[in-house]
Amino acid sequence: MTNQTSETSKTSQTNWEPKIIAFLCNWCSYAGADLAGVSRFQYPPNIRIVRVPCSGRVSANILLSALKSGADGVLVSGCHPGDCHYISGNYFARRRFALLNNLLDFVGIEPGRVHFSWVSASEGEQFAEVVKKVTDKVKTLGPATRLVKSIDTVQAA
Amino acid sequence: MPTINEQLTEEIRVQARKLLADKTVAAVIGYTAGSLPMTVKPAVIRAADDCGRLVWNSFCVLNLANYLPEVLKSVEPPRGPRDPKPTGPLPKVAVMATGCWSRNIVVQIQEHQVERERVVVMAIGSRGMVSRRKVEAHFSGREILAVTELDHELVVKGADFTETVNRWSMVRDNCQTCTHPDPVLVDVRIGAPAADRKNPNPFKQVEMIEARSTDERWAWFSAEFSSCIRCYACRNACPLCYCPTCFVDDARPQWVGKSLDATDTGLFHVLRAYHCAGRCTDCGACESVCPMGINMRMLTKKLNKDVLNLYGIEAGMQPDTPLPLTTYKPDDPQQFIVNEPGSAKEGA
Repeated sequence: MTNQTSETSKTSQTNWEPKIIAFLCNWCSYAGADLAGVSRFQYPPNIRIVRVPCSGRVSANILLSALKSGADGVLVSGCHPGDCHYISGNYFARRRFALLNNLLDFVGIEPGRVHFSWVSASEGEQFAEVVKKVTDKVKTLGPATRLVKSIDTVQAA
Repeated sequence: MPTINEQLTEEIRVQARKLLADKTVAAVIGYTAGSLPMTVKPAVIRAADDCGRLVWNSFCVLNLANYLPEVLKSVEPPRGPRDPKPTGPLPKVAVMATGCWSRNIVVQIQEHQVERERVVVMAIGSRGMVSRRKVEAHFSGREILAVTELDHELVVKGADFTETVNRWSMVRDNCQTCTHPDPVLVDVRIGAPAADRKNPNPFKQVEMIEARSTDERWAWFSAEFSSCIRCYACRNACPLCYCPTCFVDDARPQWVGKSLDATDTGLFHVLRAYHCAGRCTDCGACESVCPMGINMRMLTKKLNKDVLNLYGIEAGMQPDTPLPLTTYKPDDPQQFIVNEPGSAKEGA
């Protein structure tokens, strides 16, 4: 029910704000986000952070679950290539994300719903930049409708 | 003068009988005649006397590599789940394989589902398999009672008609765009080897979809998969889908709902295809078994295209190189990363 009410308020309000799920790796991007906070860099409050051990932990299942559950955007961020805490997790992730990104584009998910970035623990300012860029992009796209499971569509089915 | 398929059938029977009679293998995976026109039944032959049942024709659309891991297990001496693996060589299994099936066996070997030394590949150069759906569409509204195959024609018989159609025009799309019809693994050669085909653009169908706008692609995707009844035939026919518990059957967390809701169906197909990334050989079994005629092969073909373009790998072609998603290069393309210089999304 809560899902349904938020669904209606999403479309009716003109000052709609996107919900963006950010999967941040524990070692770099999460610390980068922390640094952005400590350094008091301003960035949009639209992201909801999920801390993951490594960007390599983020599977297509997890990412699409976020979209299915109504996220308007998804950001996955990890260590810069070569800086992975687990040596190579982000290299494997990069191959998987490249293919997933192209496949989602192929089936007609708007480019700009799903983002990937590299942010290190010392890049607080860059993290704020990335979040700003991602939020702006998702805002121009509007609320997500594709591959979203809403209670409305379930009731209609 | 026997047709090509009659010659192949005879050769398969002779070779299979030999392999079973001299106890080289414990079982042969092949095809026997089906009960309906344009169908064949996959079968596991365990006795030399049964080899006369084996057939080969243009309707062998299922991928026999799919049965290989299970049949290999079935010929091992029985043991409990905690018993150690018996020492010494285990019984072998022979399997017919065309180009794509043999590449699937290579992938199974790379993924440690199958041991190379326990498999005897009976290699057959593929001439392309016929799509039952294409023939039925050609004779729409008329019931087909029997189809006989000549070398380059199909003779289709109904209650009140007999017509001849060109075989190649009825061959499946994936076989028509195939470039490697000959097996990469050869233990026993059946018939003549098939030469690699020149295909200027095997990804033409994918590119036609890519050329559309995002909205048009979403419309195509939604329409194409709207008829899916979630029977999972595509998953069951796939030699890559050997997970003991598939992600669609997971309840906690439930990645994909089990309903016919459009989102659930769409997610199932996106994830199913994605799990085949870098492993799919475009054998077309998924599409051939779909009762609704969904072209889900477009998704895996798109992934094959990207894997080839980005990482230069075709699944199962190089047995010695690791699978594309189990390895990496430090300089892999990363234009899609949002904060990389020169990224596609930069400033967008």
